[in-house]
Amino acid sequence: MPPVLELKGITKRFPGVLANDSIDLTLEEGQVVGLLGENGAGKSTLMNILYGLYNQDEGEIFVRGERAHIEEPNDAIALGIGMVHQHFMLVPVLTVTENVMLGMESTRRFGFLNRQVAARRIRDISDRYGLGVDPEAVIEDLPLGIQQRVEIIKLLYRSADILILDEPTAVLTPQEVSGLFEIIRSLVAQGKSVIFISHKLREVLEISNNIVVLRRGRVVGSTTPEESNERDLAAMMVGRDVILSVPKAAREPEQPVLRVENLYVRGDQDRMAVDGVTFEVWGGEIVGVAGVQGNGQTELVEVLTGLRKSDAGRVTVDGVDVTNAPPRKITEAGTAHIPEDRQRDGLVLAYPIMQNLILNTYYQPPIAKGIRIQEEPMRERAERLVNEYDVRTPSIFTPVGNLSGGNQQKVIVARELSNPVKLTIAAQPTRGLDVGSIEYIHTELVRKRDEGAAVFVVSAELDEVLSLADRILVMFEGRIMGIVPAKTATKEALGLMMAGIKSEGEATNKPDTRREA
Amino acid sequence: MTNSLRIGEARRRKRRMGIVFFVFSLAILLLFTPGTRADDVTTFTFVTARGMEIPIADLIFPTLVGLYLMAGLAALAGIWQFAKGFEHPNAVLGVVAGFFVLAFLTWAARGRSMNMTGMLSSSLLRAVPIALAALSGIMCERSGVVNIGIEGMMLMGAFCAALFGSLGGSVWIGLLAAMLGGGLMAGLLAVLAIRYKVDQIVAGTAINILATGLTSYLSTRYLQVNPALNRPPTFSPIAIPGVASIPIIGPVLFTHTLPVYLTLILVAGIFIMLFYTRWGLRSRAVGEHPRAADTLGVNVFKVRYVNVLLGGLVAGLGGAYLVLASVARFDQLMTAGKGFIGLAAMIFGKWNPIGALGASLIFGFADALQTRLAILAVPIPSQFLLMAPYLVTIIVLAGVVGQSRAPAADGRPYEKE
Repeated sequence: MPPVLELKGITKRFPGVLANDSIDLTLEEGQVVGLLGENGAGKSTLMNILYGLYNQDEGEIFVRGERAHIEEPNDAIALGIGMVHQHFMLVPVLTVTENVMLGMESTRRFGFLNRQVAARRIRDISDRYGLGVDPEAVIEDLPLGIQQRVEIIKLLYRSADILILDEPTAVLTPQEVSGLFEIIRSLVAQGKSVIFISHKLREVLEISNNIVVLRRGRVVGSTTPEESNERDLAAMMVGRDVILSVPKAAREPEQPVLRVENLYVRGDQDRMAVDGVTFEVWGGEIVGVAGVQGNGQTELVEVLTGLRKSDAGRVTVDGVDVTNAPPRKITEAGTAHIPEDRQRDGLVLAYPIMQNLILNTYYQPPIAKGIRIQEEPMRERAERLVNEYDVRTPSIFTPVGNLSGGNQQKVIVARELSNPVKLTIAAQPTRGLDVGSIEYIHTELVRKRDEGAAVFVVSAELDEVLSLADRILVMFEGRIMGIVPAKTATKEALGLMMAGIKSEGEATNKPDTRREA
Repeated sequence: MTNSLRIGEARRRKRRMGIVFFVFSLAILLLFTPGTRADDVTTFTFVTARGMEIPIADLIFPTLVGLYLMAGLAALAGIWQFAKGFEHPNAVLGVVAGFFVLAFLTWAARGRSMNMTGMLSSSLLRAVPIALAALSGIMCERSGVVNIGIEGMMLMGAFCAALFGSLGGSVWIGLLAAMLGGGLMAGLLAVLAIRYKVDQIVAGTAINILATGLTSYLSTRYLQVNPALNRPPTFSPIAIPGVASIPIIGPVLFTHTLPVYLTLILVAGIFIMLFYTRWGLRSRAVGEHPRAADTLGVNVFKVRYVNVLLGGLVAGLGGAYLVLASVARFDQLMTAGKGFIGLAAMIFGKWNPIGALGASLIFGFADALQTRLAILAVPIPSQFLLMAPYLVTIIVLAGVVGQSRAPAADGRPYEKE
C-alpha cells in the first residue's frame, strides 16, 4: 500500500530566503511523524504548502499514491488534510458549533443554519475521541487546551485523516500535553495519520514513530525515537553541539531588592488577574515564574514595570516605593525591563538601532544637552554597545525592524542591561529565538545575577525556568501556588502546581530524575 | 495604557449607574419645577392625520404633579439600583431617560397643548434615513470593511432618485436608480478597500467628496436650469388595513409610505440573516477573524465584496427615501450628515440591526422634538436643542453603557499569505 502522504522535492523561495530546499517527507497510515526544527527552519512553510496556504515553487505532493494539486485550503480539505495552526484559527466571539461548521454549514432551506444537526455531530466526535467539548460554549470563554480540541474537532468534522499539528504544545501545561498525547494516540488507533511539529525534543521523542529534522529549509536527518536521543537531535537541529543547561555557579543571595506585598491587579476582562501575591527577589538570585500563559504573569510584569496600575498592594525596588509609579521612575530606581512582546513594547521598529539604544537615557546627559540630543555621544554609545553585545547588523543606522529576532532582542538587552541595574525583569526573554541567541541571553541574565542584581524571569518554557532560576515561583489564576528551590523541583510537581494542584511537599522531596538524564 | 483605563470598569459601573438615575431625578426638579407655577396645566393631545380621526380624550394634568411623578420614579430607580441593582441597567437607563424626556415635554407644554401622536409619527419618519444608513454600515462593518462613505452613497442615491424618477415618471424607476447609484459608490469603495487595500477611512472620505462634488455639479448644471428633471413623483402613504385603526399605535406605525415599511422589514431581515443564516455566519467570521475563515475555505474577498455592495444598495435606498418619500426634489447636500449620524446609531446599537433601529429612533425623536419645541417657543436657543441628543449620546456611550465592541477585523484589509 502506498504511504498516505508523500512530499517529494518541495522547494519554496521567499524574497531573499530559501525557506524550503528540496524537502522529502513520507507519512504512513496510522503513524505519527515528528517534524523537528528551530524557529525559521521551514517547518511552518512546509505545512502551509501542504495545506494550500502557500504554493510550492518546485516539488510534488502525493496523497494515497496519487499526485495532488493543492492550490488553496479547500483542495487540502477535500483530500482529507487538516491543520491545527500554531495560532488558533478560531473566531473568539462565536460558539464551538459555529466555528466548527463555518465553511461547511449544515443548513435548512434558504441557507438557514441548522445548529442542532452540527452540534449533534460535534458531540458524537467529541465522545468518540474523548475530547469533552461542549458545542454550545463560546470560544473566548474556553481555556486554550480546550480551544485546541475544538481545532481538532474542526478537522475531524471535515473527515480529515491526515492531521497536521503545528507546535501544538506551546500553550499547554504538562498535564494538558499528556492529555493531547492521549488524544493523538486515540486518533492514530482509529486510523488517522499525524504530522507533529515541534521544537521540543522530548515531546517529539515521546509521540512520534518517525522523526524528520529540518535546518535552514533542508532535511538534515531522518530517524526514529529508538535510534536517537535528545542530545543527537539537538545537535542535528542546531548543527553543532548544544549546551542544554545553563552553566552557573552557586551563589548566596545578598538582600531583598524587589519586594511585592499583597498585590492585586485587574486584567482586561475585569477579573483579578493578580490576586494577592507577596514575594521577594533578592540581589544575586534569579527567580523564575512558571505558569501557563494567562495566569497573571503578564499583568504582574506590567505592574512591576509601570505599564499597568495595581488595585492594591505595594511594590518596592531597593527600598524605593514604586507602586503605580510611572515607568521612568521605576527605571531610575534601577529596574531593567525586557518586555514580553519585544516588537510592540521593546522597540520602535522604524527607528535605527542607534536611537533604540537610547530610549531609556535620551533625556539625561551626555546624550541630552538642554532640549537637544547630542549626536556624537549617541553614536559612540551605539557603536560601543553593538560591539559589546554582539548585535549582528550592517550599521548602527539600520532600522531595528530589519534585524532578526535574536538581534532585536540583543538590542533590548544592550539598552537595558548596560546601565547600572539592581533589578532585571525579563518576560519570555527567549521566545522565538534561535538556540545561539538563547544561550547568549541566558548568559547575560546569569551575569547580572553574579554581579549582584536581582533577576525576575517569566517564561512559558518550563525547561527554561528550571535551568535558569535559583527559585521557582508558580502562578495559577493570579495566585502563587508555591515557591520552590530549582534544585529540588521536578517537572511533574511544577506541572501539577501550574494546573492549580498544591503539592509543595512532593516537589521538595522527590529526586529530580528528568534533569539528570 | 488603554488597558489600565478599563480596569475596574464593571464594578464601578453599577454605582455610577445609580448616581446617573439620581442625577436625572434632580435635574427634573432643578431644571423644570422652578419655572412652573402651581396652577400650570399641561395638555397632551392625540390628534391623528386627516381623514382617519380616532377620538381619544386629551390628557390634561397639573404640570407640577407630572414633574414630581417623573422625578420620583427616577429617584426610585436610583434607590433600587443602589440597594439591589437592576439586572439590565442599560434598559432601565433608557426608561429613566424616558422619564426625563416626558418631564421635559410636560414642562415645555405647560399652559399649552402638544400633539403626542404627531410627534411620535414624525420621529419614525426622521429615524428612517438614519436607520438605513446604520444598516448600510452594519452590512459593511460586520464583514470587516469600515464604511464612512455612507453619506456620499446616500447623496448619490438621492440624486439618482430625483433625476431618474423625473425622467421615468415613476417612483419605482427612481427607487431602483437610487439603489444602483448607492451601489455604484459602494463598488468603488469595495475595489479601493478590498482590491487595492487603500486605507478605508481615506477611501470613504474620497467617496463622500466625490459624491458631494459630482451631485452638486450635476444639480447646478442640469437640474436647476431644467426643473422638469427635478420633479420626481412620490410614494403615497398606505394605511395597513386593520392595524391602522388601532388608537395611537395605528397612526404612529401603520399609515406610512412604502419605504418606511421596507426599512422596518430590512431591519428584521438583516437581523435574521446575520444571526441565523450561512451568509451571516460567514460575514461575521470574516469580520472577526478573516484568516480563520480563509483556512476553512471561505472566500474572504467575495464575502466582503458582496456585503459592501449590499450595503451600498441600502444606503442608496436611504437617499431615495429623502427624495421620493418626503421632499420630492433633490437639493445640494440634502443628506445633511444623516450618513454619519447613521454610523453613530450603528455603534450605539452595537452593530446589531435592532439596536441600531432603537438608536435611530432616539435620534429621530430628538430631531422631531426639536422642531416641535421651536413651534412652542421654548426659551432655549434652537441650536442647543439640536445639540442635546448628541450630547446625551456621547455621555451615555462614554460613561454608562460601556464599550461597544466593533468586529475585531473591522477596517483591516485582508492579505492572503
